Amino acid sequence: MPQTLLQVEDLHTQFFTSRGVVRAVDGVTFHVDAGETLGVVGESGCGKTMTALSILRLVPDPGKITSGRILFRGREVTKMTDEEIRDFRGNDVAMIFQDPMTSLNPVTKIGRQIEEAMTAHERFTETLARGRVIELLKRVRVPAAESRVNDYPHQFSGGMRQRAMIAMGLSNEPSLLIADEPTTALDVTVQAQIIQLMKQLNRELGTAMMLITHNMALVASLCQRVVVMYAGRIVEEGPVEQIFNSPQHPYTWSLLRSVPRVDEARKDRLVSIRGLPPDLSNPPPGCKFHPRCPFVIDKCKTDPEPSLSEVGVNQVARCWVLMRNVTEEGVEAAKASALSKDAAAKLKAPVMEVEGNAGG
Amino acid sequence: MTAITSTRAGSLAIFIVRRILWMIPILFFVILITFTLMHLAPGSPWDKAGGRQLSDTVVNNLNIRYGLNKPVPQQFLLYITSVIHFDFGLSYQYQGKTVSNLLLESWPYTATIGVLAFLLIIPVGVGLGVLAALRQNTRIDYITMGFATVAASFPNFVIGALMVVAFSVLSYKATGGNFFLPAAGFGADDHLIMPVITLALLPIAYTARLTRASTLETIRQDFVRTAWAKGLPERLVVIRHILKNSLIPVVTTLGPTFAFLVTGSVIVETVFSIPGIGRAFVVAIESRDYPMILGTTVLFSLVIAVANLVVDVAYVFIDPRVRLT
Repeated sequence: MPQTLLQVEDLHTQFFTSRGVVRAVDGVTFHVDAGETLGVVGESGCGKTMTALSILRLVPDPGKITSGRILFRGREVTKMTDEEIRDFRGNDVAMIFQDPMTSLNPVTKIGRQIEEAMTAHERFTETLARGRVIELLKRVRVPAAESRVNDYPHQFSGGMRQRAMIAMGLSNEPSLLIADEPTTALDVTVQAQIIQLMKQLNRELGTAMMLITHNMALVASLCQRVVVMYAGRIVEEGPVEQIFNSPQHPYTWSLLRSVPRVDEARKDRLVSIRGLPPDLSNPPPGCKFHPRCPFVIDKCKTDPEPSLSEVGVNQVARCWVLMRNVTEEGVEAAKASALSKDAAAKLKAPVMEVEGNAGG
Repeated sequence: MTAITSTRAGSLAIFIVRRILWMIPILFFVILITFTLMHLAPGSPWDKAGGRQLSDTVVNNLNIRYGLNKPVPQQFLLYITSVIHFDFGLSYQYQGKTVSNLLLESWPYTATIGVLAFLLIIPVGVGLGVLAALRQNTRIDYITMGFATVAASFPNFVIGALMVVAFSVLSYKATGGNFFLPAAGFGADDHLIMPVITLALLPIAYTARLTRASTLETIRQDFVRTAWAKGLPERLVVIRHILKNSLIPVVTTLGPTFAFLVTGSVIVETVFSIPGIGRAFVVAIESRDYPMILGTTVLFSLVIAVANLVVDVAYVFIDPRVRLT
């Protein structure tokens, strides 16, 4: 039984705005084991980032953690004093942010920014920290690290900056590294390098990782376990293979259907999830996904949201229907209806245009 | 602070030299425009000399003596030639005094007050702005910004007059003459207090508001969140990450502010009876003292040009993204 590193229980993070209370994180419970990689997926605005920021108690104003427990190695993060939380950040849990272009201080040298992450904590002396900066940059494959420590962020490319961010995150050898969309702002070839790098670091250093993303391919290549979030709630959780092979929540199924796959028949068109995520200050009654769900039944609209129930080995889902109860015909109908509404039109129109051009 | 490589130091030197050379054509056009406007304006230097109309013969003699009988373009060329030799001519109003002498007499008063006001603005204006931003939407913020709004809205002759009433008149009466600030003149140190404060209030208000706005914007930046996430102590987050960025736009405005302060305020100098350059300039314009108007304009242009150059050079040291071109 692996050791539990982080245990989040019934976390609620809310934003008190003039338009009402926004329940960004609404009763989330999950854990991260030492050394494992956990993926947290969902659309934009489903509470992934706020969950991560809550763990570091960095929720921006006017947001607040209103209830719930965050236990890191048994210590209650929400009850830490200012000095304790300061020492916790970057030392026990480090975080890499989404946009490397804006996440580094533009007027401070890269080396200095990595160095101060270390000197802020007691683990390394100033001299040792200075020496480690180059070593860290080399580890994240920054070429000519010796001279580039003296560069400013604007002299680094996006991929290089994200490497520097990773080096900074790893500098104190944290037990947990939270990566919030670490590759979203990068181009594809650089993405692959960064993923490779993170994989390797996880293997070599045993750093546990919490990877926040909407990119299912990234999850598949990097994670052992997945948490699927929708509207501030966890709707499904389980080992990555099971989630990919037999998703039980229609939202997970839809997320997977909206990603192109080469191993499937060509006739299978991509299915987009119709509609938009709900307004978190005024969510729909019943299951929050029901207005967008292709398999909705009356119960979903009227009954209170179901709780997470066991749907497989270590796999839980929050759904009245569950995908295993949906027939082949039901799935085909759902795909067809999604296609007929918008996707089909989008797919056909450009093809005809191209043919016209080729003929003329 | 910033280690500048040898090539960067070289390009900095070239940059400064080039900017100084650029001041020559700038000054030429400033003189050209001022000269033209001055001669287009109605009236002549001899209109009211001594409070009575001079006879035509005297005016003619004066015109010949000061070269005003020559065509205006020729006068312009003669002036430019003498400026090249650092000769700014004789004043018309003060017989036998050169413009250079007059400037050297009056400017030190103005510059002393201006520099002191500037030295007051940096800690007070920037300090209040930073404080208000870091304590946004608290009482400190409201009081600071309330003060800034009031200071920016009151004309400085009102502030000056109120201070004279409070610290000279009323405090003299209340303490039986033991404590008061002199209402006019220039001599002991306490003569400086009220003029400096009166002059500094408006720029302090502006600097505080700008600093607050810039700091609030920086606080919300991603890299500040990164700094918190590293576990840096608040002091370092504020100094290294917030202020180092948020004060860049403030430095930009300090150049023109400095130029504004040391070129004098007619109102402050009048309220406190200081024989400074601001008043001298206005008097020169009123009496069409052409050489004095031009001399003062040239001096002010130089001050502004140098202040801007200093700001641009300072930029190189505070913002590594700035490239010299």
